[in-house]
Amino acid sequence: MTDSAFGRRGATELNGRPDATPLLSLNNIEVLYDDVILVLRGLSLEVAEGRIAALLGSNGAGKTTTLKAISGLLYVEDGEVSDGTIVFDGEEIQGMDAHRIVEKGIFQVLEGRRVFEHLTVRENLQTGAYTRGTRRGLNAETDRVYHYFPALAERRGQLAGHLSGGEQQMLALGRALMASPRMMLLDEPSLGLAPMLVENIFEIVRRINREEGTTILLVEQNARIALSVADYGYIMEGGRVVLEGAAGELRANEDVKEFYLGLGDGGRRSYRDVKHYRRRKRWLS
Amino acid sequence: MDIFLQLTVSGLSTGMIYALAAAGFVVIYKASDVINFAQGDLLLLGTYLIFFAVAQTGLPWSLGVLVTVLLAVAVALAIERLVLRPLVGEPIISMIMVTIGLSSVLRGAINAIWGPNPRAFESFLPAGDLVIGPAVLSAARVLSIPIALAVLAGLGLFFRYTRDGIAMRAIADDQQAALSMGISIPRVFGVAWGLAAASAAIGGIMLGNIVGVSPNVAAIGLRVFPVVILGGLDSIKGAVVGGAIIGLLEVYVGFYVGHGLNLVVPYLVLIMVLMVRPYGLFGKEIIERV
Repeated sequence: MTDSAFGRRGATELNGRPDATPLLSLNNIEVLYDDVILVLRGLSLEVAEGRIAALLGSNGAGKTTTLKAISGLLYVEDGEVSDGTIVFDGEEIQGMDAHRIVEKGIFQVLEGRRVFEHLTVRENLQTGAYTRGTRRGLNAETDRVYHYFPALAERRGQLAGHLSGGEQQMLALGRALMASPRMMLLDEPSLGLAPMLVENIFEIVRRINREEGTTILLVEQNARIALSVADYGYIMEGGRVVLEGAAGELRANEDVKEFYLGLGDGGRRSYRDVKHYRRRKRWLS
Repeated sequence: MDIFLQLTVSGLSTGMIYALAAAGFVVIYKASDVINFAQGDLLLLGTYLIFFAVAQTGLPWSLGVLVTVLLAVAVALAIERLVLRPLVGEPIISMIMVTIGLSSVLRGAINAIWGPNPRAFESFLPAGDLVIGPAVLSAARVLSIPIALAVLAGLGLFFRYTRDGIAMRAIADDQQAALSMGISIPRVFGVAWGLAAASAAIGGIMLGNIVGVSPNVAAIGLRVFPVVILGGLDSIKGAVVGGAIIGLLEVYVGFYVGHGLNLVVPYLVLIMVLMVRPYGLFGKEIIERV
């Protein structure tokens, strides 16, 4: 294990706040697909209430699987949490039905926006409020979403399939806001968006965190922007966490710079050197 | 001309009963992708339940209609709960095969309870004739058209505005995303089966009034397939338009072309639609790429 080499903190010294109890904690979870394929192998992480944590790593590291393990969506893909516990607000939630987990206050925004294309913007927002049941308060919630995303208000009657990619991502976040969750799991909100829009989306993510007090676990390929909004970061490889720390520390870490931020210190290297370097410096293999 | 008008009313009233059964089929298909081969038998169930409630139990017709619909919904919920829910997550084809079995079981159960002979049943839709100009129309048939349209409009409004209606459309669009909204799939499937049974039961009640109570009603239920294929598997509007077209076609062909062919023409339409426009008049085009 390489934990000590990278200064893994004790679990209590959480997200830069030694006194905080985690809202969400994953304890040594293992995830199996189809009863044979082990995707997560003893992954542990914690997110303190009101914070933004980033989960980084290369393709296939298990980031999306981690989010789906939390939200319960794993089970429709023949995956299961085969070991370990997931504790939300003091209660074990692994193995619970996805709709129960949404009712408990965890809302996952899936990768690739996944708006309901044949529903209008307004109807899409209504689906987000499904677990809230009553129609009362629905208008207030909708107005709140339009306040964050004025562009959606103008298009409320349009089919979501006709929105641009950026607007669809806004709608996906708006749907999540409709549920007023305590915690949002965001999967690659920057995927396929122009850089300007990415800045925009992350600005709103930060505002949701600050103004609504929503705890956020963020999965991103774009490590630079993720670490700029997050308080704390985890780096995954091969189904477990290999490095973690406050976002500032991670940004300063030479290895993170090299692998995820594209900011190596030694100037430009040839691709061949980089490949070699990468192979040598894998934390686990 | 008066003959034509009579044929038209007769065709539309049958067509709207088809539409009621077909709408139930569409609801289940939209929510769960399951092709319900037992939909016609739910229609049959409706005619026998109204017979049971009004003729056998002696309830006044208003209460009888209510009891019929409630019993039909209860049967459908039991079917969903006991037969289909254990299959959630299995391939869709397993569920579809189960509905074929279900169709036989329902028919057999009805046969076992009420016997194979046609039963006498005092119609409670007005029995007289309506004279419009030169045409003499059966009042029951004329009346059944607005009743069916009202029920179908109600279903349309349900899909458009209610929480569960919107949830069903969301599931049809993207099931995993719907799950991530916290939509409970079992609950929505239950609602879908309940609605399908309710609308089929209302169709069955009208059918019982117009043509009587007998096992032959199941054959009428079979017309659901040409109707939904023509209208589009996932469209309530398609069920209405498809029902009207098939109903009219049957009586026109029966009268102008000759007896016998009217029984075949719905299925000729079915084959033609599948060749030319497999997603039907109002269906989503993607369906053909399954």
